[in-house]
Formats: sequence, C-alpha cells, structure tokens
Amino acid sequence: MAGINTVELAVFIAFFVVVTALGFGAARWRRAENLMHLDEWGLGGRSFGTWITWFLIGGDIYTAYTFVAVPALVFGAGAAGFFAVPYTVVVYPLIFLVVIRLWSVSHVRGFVTPADFVRSRFDSPTMALLVAITGIVATMPYIALQLVGIEAVLKTMGVTGELPIIVAFVILAVYTYSSGLRAPALIAFVKDTLIYLTIIVAVIVIPTKLGGWDVVFGAAEEKFDLAGTGGLLLPGTGQVQYATLALGSALALFLYPHSITGVLAAKGRGTLQKNMSLLPIYSLALGFIALLGFMAIAAGTEPVGGDGNTIVPALFQQMFPSWFAGVAFAAVGIGALVPAAIMSIAAANLFTRNIYKEYLKKDATPTQEAKVAKLASLVVKVGAVAAIIFIDPQFSIDLQLIGGAIILQTLPSVGIGLYTRWLHRGALVAGWTAGMLTALWTLYSVPRLGPGGVVVREHFGGSAFSLGKLGFDTTTTVYAGFLALLVNLLVTVVVTVVLRAMKVDDGVDGTAETDYTAEREDPSVRDLPDPLASAPGDGPPRG
Amino acid sequence: MSEQPPTTSRRAADVAPRRSDRNPWNWLLLLPIVLPLLVPVFNRAEPALFGWPFFYWVQLAFVVVGVVTTSLVYRAHQRRKQG
Repeated sequence: MAGINTVELAVFIAFFVVVTALGFGAARWRRAENLMHLDEWGLGGRSFGTWITWFLIGGDIYTAYTFVAVPALVFGAGAAGFFAVPYTVVVYPLIFLVVIRLWSVSHVRGFVTPADFVRSRFDSPTMALLVAITGIVATMPYIALQLVGIEAVLKTMGVTGELPIIVAFVILAVYTYSSGLRAPALIAFVKDTLIYLTIIVAVIVIPTKLGGWDVVFGAAEEKFDLAGTGGLLLPGTGQVQYATLALGSALALFLYPHSITGVLAAKGRGTLQKNMSLLPIYSLALGFIALLGFMAIAAGTEPVGGDGNTIVPALFQQMFPSWFAGVAFAAVGIGALVPAAIMSIAAANLFTRNIYKEYLKKDATPTQEAKVAKLASLVVKVGAVAAIIFIDPQFSIDLQLIGGAIILQTLPSVGIGLYTRWLHRGALVAGWTAGMLTALWTLYSVPRLGPGGVVVREHFGGSAFSLGKLGFDTTTTVYAGFLALLVNLLVTVVVTVVLRAMKVDDGVDGTAETDYTAEREDPSVRDLPDPLASAPGDGPPRG
Repeated sequence: MSEQPPTTSRRAADVAPRRSDRNPWNWLLLLPIVLPLLVPVFNRAEPALFGWPFFYWVQLAFVVVGVVTTSLVYRAHQRRKQG
C-alpha cells in the first residue's frame, strides 16, 4: 500500500458528510410530518410503512459486517460460506406467522423489548432479566463488528490508526442521540441505494473483466484443490453443519433485540407480512455479494496486510476506477452505521426497561427513564469502540459467534411463548441455563484448523461442533448453537412436566389470547414509544 | 414508556375481537423452509447454468421460491381480512 488513495477517500468522506446531515435532519423530520409527501413516512408520527420497514429491517439484518465477512468466508472456505443464502431464505417464511403475533401483543400491552413480553407472559422477572442480559451480551459484539467493517474499508484506502473510526462513531452516537430510530431509517435509504448500485455494477463488470462466470468458478475450484481445504461443494461431513447453521441462524435472527425493534416499529401486521415477502430481495443481493469471494480468487486479489476481511474492498480497488471504489466503500461504511444505531437503541431499551427500571430504580420518572436510555445507548457505543481499539478484533468475532448461539437460548421464552404458556417459568430458567452451558462448552471445544488440518487455535475456532466428541462414531459436524437449543428444549419440557406435576405456581398471564391477533384498527392497539426520539411525556395516552 | 407493562389481565375480549391466523395457505410456507435444508440433494455441480454450479444457482432460485410463497400467503391473509 503506497499511502492514501485520495480520490477514494474524498468520495467516501463526501457521502459520509451527506449521511451525517441526514442523520441530524431526521430529528426535524418527525416534527414536521407534512414535509414528506408519502404519507407512510410519518403515519401516526411513530410507525413505519412498508418501504421504511423494508429499509430499516434490511439495514438491520444485512450489515456491513455481513457484506465484508460473508465473501471473506467464501474466499477462504468456498461453499460453506454460502450458508448465508439458505439462512436468509429460511428465516422469512419461518417467522411469517410469528412476528405478527409479537407485533400485536406488544402493541396492545405496550412492550418495547422481548424481555417486557417474557416478564408479562410468564410473570417472571427472573426470566425477563435473563432475556435482557442475553440480548445485551449478544448485541454488544455485533456493534463492535460493524467497526471491523469500517476498519476494513479504511485500511484498503490506506487510512490507518484509530482516529477515523472514533470520529465515525462519535458522529453516529450524536445523531442517534438526537434523532432516535428515525436516523437509521432515513440513512438506510442512502446505504441501500449505494449497496445495490455497487452490487449490480460489480456483478456485471467484474465477471466480464475476468472472462465469464465459468472462469470465476473454475479459478476457485483450482485454488481449493491446491489448498486441500474448502471447495466449490460441501464435504460430506459438512452438510449437517450447513443445514443446522442456516436453520439455527434463521431461528436466532428475530430473537436479536435489534430485529425486534425493527419489527415493532412497523405500522401493522400487513406491513410486516408484506415485508416478509420483500426482504428476500436482500438475500438475492447477498448471494451475489458472497460470490465476490470467488471473483477475488479469480482476480488474484490479495487481502490488505493479511486481513481476510479486506478482500472485498481490495477487489473493488483492483477492479473499479477510484471514484467508484469510493462509492462502494461509502456503501460499506454507511452500512455499518445503520445497524450499529439500531442495535445500540435496542440494547439501551433492554437496559433501561428491564434492568434499570426493574431492579435499580423502580420509581423512575419518564424523564429519568428517557435520560438513562439515551445515556445507555452512548455507553454501548463507547464500549464497542473501546472493544475494537483496546482488544483484539478477533475477540469481538469470537463473541459474535457466541452471541448467535446464546441468543438462540431465548427461543423457548420469547418465540414459543408467543404460542403457548404451557412451558413453566421455572423450566424456562432451567432450560436457558442448560442451553447456555452447552453453547459455551461446545464452542469452547471447537479448534480452528489451518491448511493441512493443523490446529491454529485451540478454542472458539468456529461453530461446527464435531459429533464425534459426544461418543458418536462419526466425523459429522453440527452447529453448536443448534445442539444447545435442543438441550435447552429438552430440559425445559422435562422440568415443565415435573413442575406441573408438583403443582408449582406458574404465575398470572399478563396477556390475553385476543392480544395476539389484534389489528392496528382495534381500540386496544396503541403506538409504541421510541424512547430515544420522543420527548418525555409526549407518548400516546396509555390504556 | 412511563409504566411497566400491565401484569393484570384486562378484559381484552371487550376491545379486540377473537380472530385466528389459521389459513390453509399457511402450509405453503413449509416449502421455502424445507427446500434450502435438503443440502445433500443440491450439493452437486451439475446441471450448471451460465457457468454457475448447481449448488449456487439453485439456492438463489430458492430465494425466488421464498418470495413467491410468502407473497401468496400474504395475499390469502389480506383476502381473509377483507372478506
């Protein structure tokens, strides 16, 4: 790398400035609702229509890290990295009927976080606390990883040092502080326009330059054959891992507090269902993005400074004129800000509602609550920046891996709880504990193998747990989080049967059956507050 | 945001009518859930399409299956709501 690429950097900064202006403008946007002509932009002043929801949830799920890490994985391992596509195909039909129940009950009962729901449904502050802590712990490294995305882009442009990342996150922190959820929703427009533009150009231009798709796949096959690891197809022992990782990740996705924040911001059940059929368009884009990994192989791209995450930015730099590479980098950079903003809002909500108000200051006034939420969102971001700067980024990647497996352990209470109250609150706590221990133990025992099957790292080397470790005579691997979920479910069911037989009190259900199918037009449905954006007390009247 | 979610059950039956999300069309959702998990079936290179091995293009085709089925189910729910 010979210094800084000024053209790329100038384009990158220009977009960043525009986005910052948008972020601050978002605060004013909701005050002057008639400024935007599309009525769905400000309907009810608080809830988002189909398109905003599409951009918001899309920006939430398909993050900068995804765009950087998925092709990096495909570059290194081939077919196994493509799991992101079946994962994001399976997720929408899987939750199609579930999220609408969550939306309805939350809007009738005023739930803002998954822990709010668990507390009321199972009458269990303990399980709610566990859900809140799980959510915060799983979200924090996710935010940190967005920084890894920005860092990869900056590195490729020749910008080193920590200052630029700090500046980017200070800007992010300030505008989410002043604009709340509106800021990421608005910025997601810019981000996605840039991302789609980049992908369409990349998918047309790069394979043409390289001599066609068969050359791209051919080069990849040759590389994997030579290396002896990875491949264009999955090895026989990796198929169960591929399927369980896709399914497990799909089950986990909408348990993440930031996905739930996006879901609850939607205008109604129809909006969500329509989105479940529109969001896969991102998956199509993700499929093409994943294949950038193979294009990088065919183009002979070398990652910058041996950092695998820079493979896509490096490919863009090699293939595109500087100004367009700058646009592509801006897409990734801005792509990091949107989910980071939503994640920090979601984590802040969990802390404020389910820890601060529940345990630290029960009589907190709305003003205090709003202040704490805003402060917590700042602390979360500072924590993420600190994690990247002071701790090895690899640590965040490990944590994120763990995060996916542990958030899955809230499925029985948050997911199944939407359908039945049969699971006993005590059993949920027991199942969660068993699932957590299993997840941590299995992930701990996965070594990372380098070329030729040499162990590079002893622990937390991936999520593929070898069933041979359990005494089965097989080399088949399975997704550790999925295995932990099975243990969790088993324990939950068994303990439920025992507790029900012993007639242990299971508390009072704070929700009614009709809550779960309530429509926006029903008198019981109300708008939810956006704690960071709303001035205290300007929320809708409470029933 | 000012109060905790109410824990005592209100007589919600008074305010929200009893409805159901049950719909025969919902079964269609199983298709895009099951197909992408049948890994051994599509873990192959042939037949290739435009130079893409089967494994890759078929999974992108699953995206289309997902879009079509969820759209159909969405429409079925809308019809139920109006009719």
